[in-house]
Amino acid sequence: MLVPTPPAIVVDNLVKVYKTTRAVDGISFSLPVGSITGLLGGNGAGKTTTIAMILGLVMPTSGTAKVLGAEMPWQRYQVLHRMNFESPYVDMPHRLTVRQNLKVFGKLYAVEDLPGRIRLIAEQLDLTDFLDRPTGKLSAGQKTRVALAKALINQPDVLLLDEPTASLDPDTADWVRTRLEQYRLERGATVLLASHNMAEVERLCERVIMMKQGRIEDDDTPQRLLDRYGRATLEEVFLDIARGRGEAAREAAQ
Amino acid sequence: MSTVSTSAMTLAPHRIGAMVLRYVYLLRSSWSRVLELIYWPAVQLFVWGFLQLYIAQNASFFARAGGMFIAAVLMWDILFRGQLGFSVSFLEEMWARNLGNLMISPLRPIEFVSALMVMSLIRLAVGVLPVTLIAIIFFGFNLYSLGFALAAFFLNLILTSWSVGIVISGVVLRNGMGAESLAWTAMFVLMPLTCVYYPVSVLPGWLQTIAWALPPTYVFEGMRALILDHQFRADLMIMAFALNVAYFAAAVLVFLQLLNSARRIGSLLQSGE
Repeated sequence: MLVPTPPAIVVDNLVKVYKTTRAVDGISFSLPVGSITGLLGGNGAGKTTTIAMILGLVMPTSGTAKVLGAEMPWQRYQVLHRMNFESPYVDMPHRLTVRQNLKVFGKLYAVEDLPGRIRLIAEQLDLTDFLDRPTGKLSAGQKTRVALAKALINQPDVLLLDEPTASLDPDTADWVRTRLEQYRLERGATVLLASHNMAEVERLCERVIMMKQGRIEDDDTPQRLLDRYGRATLEEVFLDIARGRGEAAREAAQ
Repeated sequence: MSTVSTSAMTLAPHRIGAMVLRYVYLLRSSWSRVLELIYWPAVQLFVWGFLQLYIAQNASFFARAGGMFIAAVLMWDILFRGQLGFSVSFLEEMWARNLGNLMISPLRPIEFVSALMVMSLIRLAVGVLPVTLIAIIFFGFNLYSLGFALAAFFLNLILTSWSVGIVISGVVLRNGMGAESLAWTAMFVLMPLTCVYYPVSVLPGWLQTIAWALPPTYVFEGMRALILDHQFRADLMIMAFALNVAYFAAAVLVFLQLLNSARRIGSLLQSGE
């Protein structure tokens, strides 16, 4: 008999209230192992807070977020070694060289054959020439690649990305997306990606969760969302939802 | 839910080593950081050392108490620089906006604190060891001649400095960089109360009660007893150690509470102001 694989991430009725603001307001979803999902929404939609609760950085007011079966943040040490995160809003120490940074994080994650892993990941992310340069002296694109190298150093089963291509030029952003796709396919990792970039989500994600004011407004594959709203691009769907005309667009499409 | 309390307290030497390595890399990359470690202890030593030389030439009591001020300066530096070494290593993570990376890694809070304690010792060694040599060369005062007593003084002072450093780090973690100034100033509140340069009997009665609640007070009294009366006061050291154990345990608990509070209010996400 085939035993179904449990989902990698299960979010159940998750709520986060900061003083009087409901940043996340009772959201639920589950992500199958090996899937790649986009979390879309405008500023203040609750994307970053949702990811932070899944990472165990923020404690939910109520509800649960489970990663690989462990409830966050309570049981986080059971799974943190199998997860990682990348965001342009979290820096790598600037004075340390790329190699030193990767060495420190590799040791924190108890990576086996660390010199070999650093060599391989540097080759894959085109960082070999910069390994002995201080991280702070690199360009924005190079820094993003270093942050990605750190996020992949432990070959995570669950990878959370918060706007991974923000502030990158189109060429570098495309390069990063290709590497992310490759990694997911090779490793079978589960990826949750928060982004403002609709083209990125359309290209990478097999499923899109649309958030607005802390709630899930819609949740489906990119194609079904386009069909449902009668739109040609996710950007138009995003605008329909963000500007409160999502229901009207859905009705018009039917 | 009990998983947090048990697994959060486990220690893995490789993760502590990784964090120590991170700070050693940082120190190695910046000569200004290393020089800063030595600069202030040396300035303090020269000011008080020359003052002591002057007084010793003019008062028989101080002639008898050779090295008392210099010993006090060096002991105070162990206390202050120990805390600063702990706090600055922690602040480096805030300045680098690296805290988020650490908090989503398998690094346990207790391992983080352990790494900061190791760094406090390393920074102290870099800063204070050369100054003790200066004291020998310029003022003929050999701190190491205190022998076993020095080990007891050091242990008690460093424990207090870590307790203060741990609480300050928790406050900065919870409240952001607005609380950074605590790292530079908090220890100076203890300076008059712990009677670094004068005996506790100088203080008014009610203030003496507060002074005796602070472990460094016992160390500085013990230091004067040793230098003036050539008597090692084990009772003072035991009392200081007992207080230190209690304060250190309380500091770790306060740190964990502040960390939990930071998770509740979301301040681990924004490690800036």
